[in-house]
Amino acid sequence: MTSRHPSIQTAPLVQTDPSGKPYSLTAHLSPRRRMADFAATTVMVASFFAAAVPLVLIIGYVFTKGGRVVDMAFLTESIPNSYRRVGPGMGPAVVGTLLITGAASLMAIPLGVLGAVYLHEYGPKRRFARVVRFTTDVMTGVPSVVMGVFVYVVWVLRFRSQTGFAGALALACLMLPIVVRTTEEMLKLVPAELRQASTALGARTWRTTLTVVLPAALPGITSGAMLAVARAAGETAPIILVTGLTFQTNANLFEGNNTTLAAQIFRNASQPFDGAQARAYGAAFTLIVLVFIFTIVARLISSRFNRMRR
Amino acid sequence: MTSTTSGDAGSSAVRDLKSSDRGAVVDAGFRWLAFSAAVTILVVLGLIAWASVNRAWPAFAQEGIRFVTSSRWAPSADSFGALTMVYGTVVVSTIALLSAVPVSIGIALFTAEVAPRRLQTIIVFVIDLLAAVPSVVYGLWGILFVAPNLTGVYGWLSEVFGGWPVIGPLFAGGAGSGRSFMTAGLILALMVTPIITSVSREVLATVPQGEKDAALALGATRWEMIRGAVLPHSFGGMVGATMLGLGRAMGETIAVALVIGSSYQITSHLFASGSAMPATIALEWGESSGVHRSALIGLGVVLFLATVVVNSLARTVVTRAERRMRGA
Repeated sequence: MTSRHPSIQTAPLVQTDPSGKPYSLTAHLSPRRRMADFAATTVMVASFFAAAVPLVLIIGYVFTKGGRVVDMAFLTESIPNSYRRVGPGMGPAVVGTLLITGAASLMAIPLGVLGAVYLHEYGPKRRFARVVRFTTDVMTGVPSVVMGVFVYVVWVLRFRSQTGFAGALALACLMLPIVVRTTEEMLKLVPAELRQASTALGARTWRTTLTVVLPAALPGITSGAMLAVARAAGETAPIILVTGLTFQTNANLFEGNNTTLAAQIFRNASQPFDGAQARAYGAAFTLIVLVFIFTIVARLISSRFNRMRR
Repeated sequence: MTSTTSGDAGSSAVRDLKSSDRGAVVDAGFRWLAFSAAVTILVVLGLIAWASVNRAWPAFAQEGIRFVTSSRWAPSADSFGALTMVYGTVVVSTIALLSAVPVSIGIALFTAEVAPRRLQTIIVFVIDLLAAVPSVVYGLWGILFVAPNLTGVYGWLSEVFGGWPVIGPLFAGGAGSGRSFMTAGLILALMVTPIITSVSREVLATVPQGEKDAALALGATRWEMIRGAVLPHSFGGMVGATMLGLGRAMGETIAVALVIGSSYQITSHLFASGSAMPATIALEWGESSGVHRSALIGLGVVLFLATVVVNSLARTVVTRAERRMRGA
């Protein structure tokens, strides 16, 4: 930490020896205190491994089991209509995942960004904004299966058909609060001076927002949106409630049943047949690769963004 | 200056700022657009509650309070008491939190107070990936790898602790198939660890540096510093983080549906199979109709109310804890 005034030197908080290491404060500790300190550190390290080891196991398991199954034919061919049959086919689920998640993103991201713009640029202190902010927090916690039930009740029952679009609606409802909250956090990081400068040049709020604030926050918003997309792509419960099931590729979101990779993993994982289980592994491998790419790219963007800001 | 001003050099600029020109219309329109986006969020949440209660009404009307107090769930006999599922949700969430909270707080403390900067980024990355794994993949791993591999451990635990007083009933009764409350709870623990860890980290970041330095300057070891300066400060926030984890655990559907074993029973035996509210919705949805489907929607309503209450409380606790700390 540097002082604001160059003439005032701030003393380092921990005294260091000439080599820069802190003077050992622990050299003359009682064995009991030293043991307690050591034990606490060990427990902390162990708790990290308690989380990291299962992660490695899951990834290793899915990659070894699923990597063998996935090839071009697996990604494009239709799904066999019997669990017993061995062999490829997750094409309809790949197409369904991309279309449904894509449609959900097209609905949720613009709406979420606009909502956040309202919250932060127009009324950060208003009572209404506080209510909306609290609602988004609550909505983040609504279980995905409840969102599925909701879309079933208000959409599927009304139009009497399970479609890919219904799935997209449910995913959009799940993504919306995440996009709103991450975008608002990013808007908070845009310096007020930029807005003031733009206003001083005569720009109105909408122009300032569109040409100054949003571009400045864009990397952060992108990374938040990508995390939301990754979350949505792996959602299963709402999909199995509202999109139905198909074995053939259905590129029409508004008509006919659809399916996704996540829904197929769920259907096939509980079957006792090798063919079905192999397809579940293959689908899990495909899904995990998709989701990790989105997550990692999002993190890279946000870490570069943070470095730029520093 | 009024809108009628004219004739001097500044007039065109003044006219541009009048409330009736095109820019103002666009501005109002943009404001309205952003406002309606914000309203949509409220409308969606309101609709969820209203529409779902509406559709669940046949089941609520038929069963009344027995919907949550009766343990007889028999779709073929038109009887819908969800107590077994409520029980399953409670047991599974408890196991998940008992395992996940100490681990998460340990990881959060490790990142915030012990690990060097480079290691911090690695830990955060690992936790991010843990959060990114879709729940159905946890379920797949749970049903095909964890459940079969844990039966040995369960069998051993059952033999050793089965006869003990007090805790005996938790373990007595053999290993079962591995698809059980315990397996579901352990898988859930992995899934809620990221959220508890990241909220705890946020809370730890608000502990004043001065107090930590003061503790160290008094000769405290790092653990004594954590115990004396960090934990008392962040206790409220940690409680909030735990509750957010609880909200997540209660609503988790697919992983639990795959590994809990789906049978309707209330038993103290942790290695027995059971059912949970969200899992039941997902598993029985396809083959349900009429009152059965209303009952499943009703389960959704109960779940919705429970998570809203838990999450609102959690947010309030976290916000209050953080505000108090900033004030200090």
